[in-house]
Amino acid sequence: MNRIIYLIKRQPIWIFVFVCIVFFSFSSPYFFDIRNFSNILVQASTIGLIALGMTFVMINGNIDLSVGATLALAASLAVGLQPQLGIIGAVSVGLLSGILIGALNGIIAWKTGVDAFIVTLGAMIGVRGLVFIYTEEQAFYAYDLAYANFGASSLFGIPVLALIFVFLTIIAHLVLKYTIHGRNVFAVGGNRVAAKEAGIRVGPHMLLNFILIGFLAALSGILLSTQMGASTPNLGRNYELWTITAVVLGGTRLTGGFGSIIGTLGGVLAIAILRNGMNLLQVPSFYVLIILGSILILVLFLDKRFAEPQGVGA
Amino acid sequence: MNTQTEMKEPINSQPEEKPLLKLKNVSKSFPGVKALDGVELDVRAGEVHALLGENGAGKSTLMKILAGIYQPDGGEVILEDQLVHMSSPLEAREHGVLLIHQELSLVPDMTVAENVFLGNIPRFANIFVNNRHLNERCGEILTRLNCKFKPTEKLGNLSIANQQMVEIARALVFQPKVVVFDEPTASLTDYEKVVLFGVIRELKESGTAIVYISHRMDEIFELSDRISVLRDGTYQGTFYTRQTNEDEVTQRMIGRDLDADIEHQPPELGAKALQVSGLGIEGLYSDISFDVHAGEVVGFYGLVGAGRTEIMETIFGLRKPDSGSVQINGQNLAINSPSDAIDHGLGLVPESRKEQGLVLGMSCKDNTTLANISEFTKLGWIDTSAERKVFEEYMDKLRIKCPGWEYSTLNLSGGNQQKVVIGKWLSTSPKILILDEPTRGIDVGSKSEIHHLIRELAKTGLAVIVVSSEMPEVLTVSDRIIAMYDGRITRCFDRGEVTEDTLIRAITGQTER
Repeated sequence: MNRIIYLIKRQPIWIFVFVCIVFFSFSSPYFFDIRNFSNILVQASTIGLIALGMTFVMINGNIDLSVGATLALAASLAVGLQPQLGIIGAVSVGLLSGILIGALNGIIAWKTGVDAFIVTLGAMIGVRGLVFIYTEEQAFYAYDLAYANFGASSLFGIPVLALIFVFLTIIAHLVLKYTIHGRNVFAVGGNRVAAKEAGIRVGPHMLLNFILIGFLAALSGILLSTQMGASTPNLGRNYELWTITAVVLGGTRLTGGFGSIIGTLGGVLAIAILRNGMNLLQVPSFYVLIILGSILILVLFLDKRFAEPQGVGA
Repeated sequence: MNTQTEMKEPINSQPEEKPLLKLKNVSKSFPGVKALDGVELDVRAGEVHALLGENGAGKSTLMKILAGIYQPDGGEVILEDQLVHMSSPLEAREHGVLLIHQELSLVPDMTVAENVFLGNIPRFANIFVNNRHLNERCGEILTRLNCKFKPTEKLGNLSIANQQMVEIARALVFQPKVVVFDEPTASLTDYEKVVLFGVIRELKESGTAIVYISHRMDEIFELSDRISVLRDGTYQGTFYTRQTNEDEVTQRMIGRDLDADIEHQPPELGAKALQVSGLGIEGLYSDISFDVHAGEVVGFYGLVGAGRTEIMETIFGLRKPDSGSVQINGQNLAINSPSDAIDHGLGLVPESRKEQGLVLGMSCKDNTTLANISEFTKLGWIDTSAERKVFEEYMDKLRIKCPGWEYSTLNLSGGNQQKVVIGKWLSTSPKILILDEPTRGIDVGSKSEIHHLIRELAKTGLAVIVVSSEMPEVLTVSDRIIAMYDGRITRCFDRGEVTEDTLIRAITGQTER
């Protein structure tokens, strides 16, 4: 019981997720249904995959604003290059582009010491420009139906995209909690100086995280394009903000050193469930924005209230 | 010696000495901790009232109540015969009660004057900063404090001691009735302390009541008129400084006798573990040569800014030397990073445990394995139970008081935090351990434990360097003492030949050898 209270205090977003599930189950006959839940997971996976990477980056004390643009570039390449390279070749190039952008962000932030916020802000603007140059402002369609079929396919009755998301979430959780890299990400974000003096090499960890988030953003973009069978140059606009919202809802601190994949999953699901449920109730999507904005502030307020008392006595 | 009741009596039987500020039966709880339980305190105008207690005894909580940062759960705060409720620092300030923090809370990029008047900037036409007025008034206060720097100086350029003066100047703006000093000398050298004490005495003579918190017995006996003691959040009595002695108040404070003085046997010297020759960094220090053998403790004594910390950081790979070399076990090594240093068996317990030593948000266990986490893995995955075992081993060995391995280091007392940092380095099985100000801001009980620990470590064959600004500490733990002044080694003492006088001369540049 104590453990449950502890979890609730540490993960207030899961209370919200739970309340949402109960509320929508009673107010819409279509909500509580395996098909709808699969649907929610697929909808959540786009932001969710990026949010996994963002959790690492933010706990490490950095931020990545370039994910929306990276997503668009990867999707455009993966669809646009199919006539020349085939599906596998084009998808590989798309994933590689994400890894490269992530590596570039990481190396610049590491070697120049410029704040990651600024470096990735630059990348966000620049990469989006690159997308428009490459696509000449055109949407691309995947003529090979296998591509779109993959996006709609299921395994054991569960959509493949949802399975990929769940699988990667578990991996990310284990890596963050039980590997040296994960541990050192917390250490560097919690106290960079102390980490450095304990012999932890700060730069490589940061670089690895940016490569990770670049890869995940690209993967997310490619999977999104399989859902639509197409890509547009404006794909992923504002996704960096939605991702950060989800991660912060999950209790990860902007200042670094604190957070979890489980929390992030809660944040991602909160957004997806709210959108799905409101949609079923035929509430205009603008109201969803108002509610999400309010919830974001409320959750952070709760987080502050429940945070452990600091520096008692002494 | 006098008993407690005899000591308390004169205070109550002198009604003509009316207290300016009185706390009656004050209590305060935090989740899981009773920080204060029925505490009494009365402070008179024109006295220095020392507040003594180990870390965790509730001194800081009490001070935060006085300063309006915390509100008591029970009891009364009476200021000039009036019951007051101070629900914020602002209100406390309006009542004339000001707290000078242990940790400086200043803005380094602003000028001295802007810092002094932070939140209270003189204006004209209500929205513009009145710069002339600002600097003039700040100048007056600085003169009163005998400060030599200008109001227009950038704060970040000042030494810690001078920044402390700015903090005091900031309090004086409000013409306070009560000024609370929380460990003001924690980062000051002996010389700078003298200046600070002058200021405190001047304040006292002008009728201000001073509440003075410190761990340092010598300071308290030099400065205070009365001493109140807290232990585990309870009130242990008030004593007239002239009628008591260190032993009595120490006993009240810790509830037991301190261990007897550390015995010193000549160390069993092992091989030369560390040899530094001709080390120098332009503008910081030059021509530093010394060696440390396995099994001995070498103390580095000097004023803050003498270059001691910088030398240790260079040896540990945090700075690049312009000249000279470092040999470990007779081998010339290039140490370019802390990870190189750790690989060669070095450990550094840094000057400030909160900023450099610990990741405060992480658990005790995670902090213990911070420097050698790769030794606790199987196929790349962390073996948590092996980690726990190591932490629990050091929890026993170093007597770390903490509820469990998953407990955040944030909530430990200073002494226990320091022990976690020491445990972190011991778990890397170092050959050479450097401790920079190992007992800064730590209570008497833990301090003595850490001193014993240092001696024991040397006995097990470790080469130990202790950098300290406290003479008693250097004298207690060291087999040899290296004195530094202004970036140079001025003298090297063997244990037998050192006297306080020659040591002081050596660190103030009065004897050059």
